Amino acid sequence: MTGEISAVECVSSVFQRIREVEDRVHAFITLTEELALKKAQEVDNKVSRGEKVGKLAGIPIAIKDNICTEGIRTTCSSKMLCNFIPPYDATVVQRIKEEDAVIIGKTNMDEFAMGTSTELSYFGPTHNPWELSRVAGGSSGGSAAAVAAGEAILALGSDTGGSIRCPASFCSVVGLKPTYGLVSRFGLIAYANSLEQIGPLARDVYDCALLLSVIAGYDPKDSTSVNIPQKDYTRFLANDIRGIKIGVPKEYFEVGTDPSVAKCLWNGITKLESLGASYEETSLPNLAYSLPAYYLIAMAEASSNLARYDGVRYGFRVDRDDLDWSEAFSETRRIGFGTEVKRRIILGTYALTAGYYNRYYLKALKIRTLIRRDFERAFRKFDVLIAPTMPIPPFKIGEKINDPLAMYMCDIDTVPVNLAGCCGVTVTCNFVNGLPIGMQIIGKPFDEGAILRVAYTFEQNTPFKDVRPPLRGR
Amino acid sequence: MKTDRFGIESVKIGLEAHCQLTSLKTKLFCSCSADYRGKKPNTLVCPVCLGIPGSLPVLNLRAVELALMVALALNCKIPNETFFFRKNYYYPDMSKNFQISQYDRAGGNPLSVDGSVYIRVDHKRKKIKIRRVHLEEDPARLVYTGTIDASPYTLIDYNRSGVALLEIVTDPDLSSPREARIFLQKLRSILEHLGVSNGGLEGAMRCDANISIIGGPRVEIKNISSFKEVERALNFEIARQKDLVSKGISVKQETRHWDETRRVTISLRIKEEEQDYRYFPELDLIPINITKSWLEQLKSKMPELPDARRIRLTKEYGLPSYDAEVLTSDKSLADFFESCVKLGKAPKTVSNWLMTDVLRCLHNFNLELTETKFTPEQLVEMITLIEDGVISGKIAKMILPEMIKTGESPRLIVKERGLVKISGREELQLLIGQVCEENPDAVKDALKDEKAIHFLIGKLMQKTRGRADPKLADELIRAHLALLKSRVSTP
Ligand SMILES: [Zn+2]
Repeated sequence: MTGEISAVECVSSVFQRIREVEDRVHAFITLTEELALKKAQEVDNKVSRGEKVGKLAGIPIAIKDNICTEGIRTTCSSKMLCNFIPPYDATVVQRIKEEDAVIIGKTNMDEFAMGTSTELSYFGPTHNPWELSRVAGGSSGGSAAAVAAGEAILALGSDTGGSIRCPASFCSVVGLKPTYGLVSRFGLIAYANSLEQIGPLARDVYDCALLLSVIAGYDPKDSTSVNIPQKDYTRFLANDIRGIKIGVPKEYFEVGTDPSVAKCLWNGITKLESLGASYEETSLPNLAYSLPAYYLIAMAEASSNLARYDGVRYGFRVDRDDLDWSEAFSETRRIGFGTEVKRRIILGTYALTAGYYNRYYLKALKIRTLIRRDFERAFRKFDVLIAPTMPIPPFKIGEKINDPLAMYMCDIDTVPVNLAGCCGVTVTCNFVNGLPIGMQIIGKPFDEGAILRVAYTFEQNTPFKDVRPPLRGR
Repeated sequence: MKTDRFGIESVKIGLEAHCQLTSLKTKLFCSCSADYRGKKPNTLVCPVCLGIPGSLPVLNLRAVELALMVALALNCKIPNETFFFRKNYYYPDMSKNFQISQYDRAGGNPLSVDGSVYIRVDHKRKKIKIRRVHLEEDPARLVYTGTIDASPYTLIDYNRSGVALLEIVTDPDLSSPREARIFLQKLRSILEHLGVSNGGLEGAMRCDANISIIGGPRVEIKNISSFKEVERALNFEIARQKDLVSKGISVKQETRHWDETRRVTISLRIKEEEQDYRYFPELDLIPINITKSWLEQLKSKMPELPDARRIRLTKEYGLPSYDAEVLTSDKSLADFFESCVKLGKAPKTVSNWLMTDVLRCLHNFNLELTETKFTPEQLVEMITLIEDGVISGKIAKMILPEMIKTGESPRLIVKERGLVKISGREELQLLIGQVCEENPDAVKDALKDEKAIHFLIGKLMQKTRGRADPKLADELIRAHLALLKSRVSTP
């Protein structure tokens, strides 16, 4: 914070904005105004006492509702967890609290992060602030929409197959999927644990880098978190990409990419070239297999991760005396989960069943290895890769809701990064008919600095950051 | 050995032993205390062992070390790398509805495989192959009111959830319930010598057993609560299966529950096919790299194991191999033995007492040595009393059960109950005179046939409740008879 306005003023203004637009956007599931103002007051008190305050002092931040917050309801947008109050904070929440951020609420999402549009929420869909009849993207749609609509300065999302980058692209905010292992997953309610990472969403690249600096770092409570020195990612934000080598994998521009999206992307790439970078077309030959491999792995993991929701220890429960335990489990899960969640659990269970394990799950793991090698090969030559974030502009609410396969197809440009364990950031590279188009900048594992630098330079030399959605307060 | 078609060769038993690593202070994947016995339910829990959404397991490396020591002791092959799998199934005692375990198929790599243990059955050594030894987490404890099928509700105590378990799986190499018991005893002794598990604690050692007779289908008996119960459960199950076969009814492949109270097995579910646990890798845990130097370091820290100790006992104390085998089959027994010898008693004398009367007594009371107050000092004192002629061996055998039960000093018991040996000549002579007067026919017989003397000695012992010094009694009765004879022949 610049210190120009107090934390209480900042938080109050955000809640004022929420009162104005939230009934149309529906970015939040739970708002914590009282707690937020209390925390903001504490920060102001610290400042007035001349005490040192954290990097995020007084900044209102929204948190995706699959990240555990002690004492604050955390639902995963599911009936199953509609009354679940975690007894602990996720590590990332602990870290932002230590930096004096102010949590303003929990954001809407697709149920258990399964979706690409935030339409699959038990609490109803989030609307795209750029055009309310359109989806905000998913599954971190609430987080992206909140930032885009001015209902939050920063937000945390989670990205399993594009769940940060997709809504960031659809809502024209900056969203980053960190390298697997960079950010602790402790406290992130698992959907597909080998793929997902918590990451930042922000209005601009600087804020995104700042939030990443706070949440990244080794956590002994997460065995998969990697013990590397902590970095300040804002230090990478030079407005200079001279000498940077960009690879443009041609597969990303082949089937399914809307011509308007492709056009925006090429303009963006040309812009980067004009800023001193060089680019070259390249190939990731196994990219075509990434979508089926991704869904197999994600569903298999989901079937196991979601097994714990049986109504015994927390959350929703069907409480009927006439049922034995097995029937009570089934009934709880039948009523507690939405259709998409059940679809993925059933498919995942099937893929892990003896006899199918080798044919589906193991094969998907092999494809994952091939895709990882494709990326490794590309990164021997290039500093970053550039691709569309989404193959199409934001679509209408309800347009794809009854066609799961069409919905899954939307993830085609984002899932390879998760399979390969790379990092990726999305920035807006233009607007088509008033709807934002995202450019995805992909980096090799733990090279967040490089993609942030490219994103920053692009942002500083294009006008898109300052375009705000035409959402008037009432 | 001649066997009928139900004979010993036709029985095949395989065991899956589950042993808690009771020497670990914390659980396998979190820092909660693993010392749950006697604690208020659900007080030793955290988000991790409760499976609260968002929580992640973190492996306790000490558990891996202990497990590796067991694997080394069981002569297993240990891979360079091992990892965890999820075993998926729904059951109320599972906080996540999957158990973090290890697996030897589907690309899994358990902690160790292909080991072996030697046991001694009827003076012959027999090799039992160990299929694998691996780590897994214990589920929660289900508490029923009354029996499993009559309980109106089930309470779940998650204090046990996440405690480190070692699963030890054998090939179906065991051919009788007795062999199964001997094997488990040996296994327990190994674990206790390693200091990884205290098998005496309730629920610390549990067992599943697979059993088939005359090549019939495999019946699995689940959750036998202690090694003590295994022999009973298997005996029942063999009898049940034999009974079915003799009536021409075929045995079904199924899973059965051992009801300890009624001492019967009850059918849990018929197995049409193997339950599908949908094993797949637990990706929240990273693979464990088992380096050569780590193993070397563990090897160098390994304590003496039962087999080595058996050999040492024969060499150091001149014990027969059989004695040493029996003693080392139970760490506490071997420790007891060595303590007695250190207190100055002859090894063979101590061994005789332990192997026969002490073990019989424990068996009758259904107690473990560690469950009693019986100490080496007591036994040594008792042997000293015999050696000093204060009590007879017979008296010693009589008071041993009381010593074991109460932990009372033998000297005190003997004194309180007036059991000191009568070795005064005059007192004995007087009593012998009475015995002879009371049994004139026996005296007549004894005068003719020396063998009948034993009857009179028996009567004397009866009269003195075993307190007469047998050597002196024999001598004095003979003298008394000789006197009578001389009187008869010289009118
Ligand atoms: Zn715990």
